[in-house]
Amino acid sequence: MIKNKTTIPSLRQKILILYSGGSALDSEIVAWSLFDATEREKMTTGDKDVPPYESVFDAMKDGWRVIQISPIQPFLPGKEYSTAYLKFEHVLEKIVSTDG
Amino acid sequence: MVNKKHRLTSKQMASFVNEGYLRFDKIIPKKLCDEMFEELEKNPNHRLWLTSGKPFNEIWTDNVIGKIFRLPKVEGIIQSLVGPNPRYDHHFPHRVEPGHFEAQHWHADSIIDTRTEHFDIQLFFFPQDTSREMGGTLILPGSHFRKVQESEISRYHNIVGQLPIICKAGTLFVTHHNIWHCAQPNRSRKLRFMFKLRLNPTIRQINLWNTDDLNDPEIETILMKSQPWMGVEARIEQVLRIKLWRFLTDNPHFDSRYWLTRIENEPTTIFDYQHTGVYENKGNLG
Repeated sequence: MIKNKTTIPSLRQKILILYSGGSALDSEIVAWSLFDATEREKMTTGDKDVPPYESVFDAMKDGWRVIQISPIQPFLPGKEYSTAYLKFEHVLEKIVSTDG
Repeated sequence: MVNKKHRLTSKQMASFVNEGYLRFDKIIPKKLCDEMFEELEKNPNHRLWLTSGKPFNEIWTDNVIGKIFRLPKVEGIIQSLVGPNPRYDHHFPHRVEPGHFEAQHWHADSIIDTRTEHFDIQLFFFPQDTSREMGGTLILPGSHFRKVQESEISRYHNIVGQLPIICKAGTLFVTHHNIWHCAQPNRSRKLRFMFKLRLNPTIRQINLWNTDDLNDPEIETILMKSQPWMGVEARIEQVLRIKLWRFLTDNPHFDSRYWLTRIENEPTTIFDYQHTGVYENKGNLG
């Protein structure tokens, strides 16, 4: 909650997180999340069945800027056959005006 | 032990190992569903946990909840997965009011569970028809091998292959304790219940089901099916499933597509150059 409304910026960040099936930016999307600071769009668990883009590269062509990609990590000894979180996380942003 | 006609088949067990859940549509008679719904609605005490660790056969001996989980076909499912004398872990009647628009975050229950072989089961019982509008529970098939800390996966919104539970009254989902799941909003005008029960095994989970079809070639196909969200990790997940199947069937040589046999191949026999023969390495070369 922003207490002093006179300080609310008109430019806000939209964050799209795309999880791909491989490390390449053109590999298929397997999961996704959206956090929109303009609050025009609100995504929750289970509200979509189809990813918004086929790949990170497709999102880039639509104007999304990549601000983080997952490093390709070596396996910890003894943990080569262990799985945990979704492996290839890509964070993208758009800066959106709240005016008009 | 319940009659084997009520126990799971090997193919069903393979499906459980693969997807982390089994689905039984309308397995509970409607009359018991109605009784259960009424009981949950009128009695808030059912929200209280009972004694964790108590033998399950001493829990709910005098009410409709016990009647449901002691139906022979339900006992057959339970016994196939966690044996004849499981322990009660905890339960909770999830009550979602009409017009509850918040979705729950993805999570795996409890804390990081480092077990790779033994597992608990969670029974998700739906006592009423549950439409997509009413929410139900969203699960991610195949997520049960992932070692995650409870709701640290809350950043994820949607995952390819996620499965919303839409079902008729009396449907039971039985899951591996570690499956990713989350409650969905109730956009309907109906109160929704989902009753969850967790049970622990007290014996080794080996060949507890009806193993008459253990050598059915379709089992390997069932075990090896991948989920669309696994990407390049699909083969790692296959290895994990092979290892669990080896444990459950007490067969350390089970394999599929040579995945484990290949990487376990560390020969100990040494070639004898002088006599052009071979001898077994006894581990003492001097």
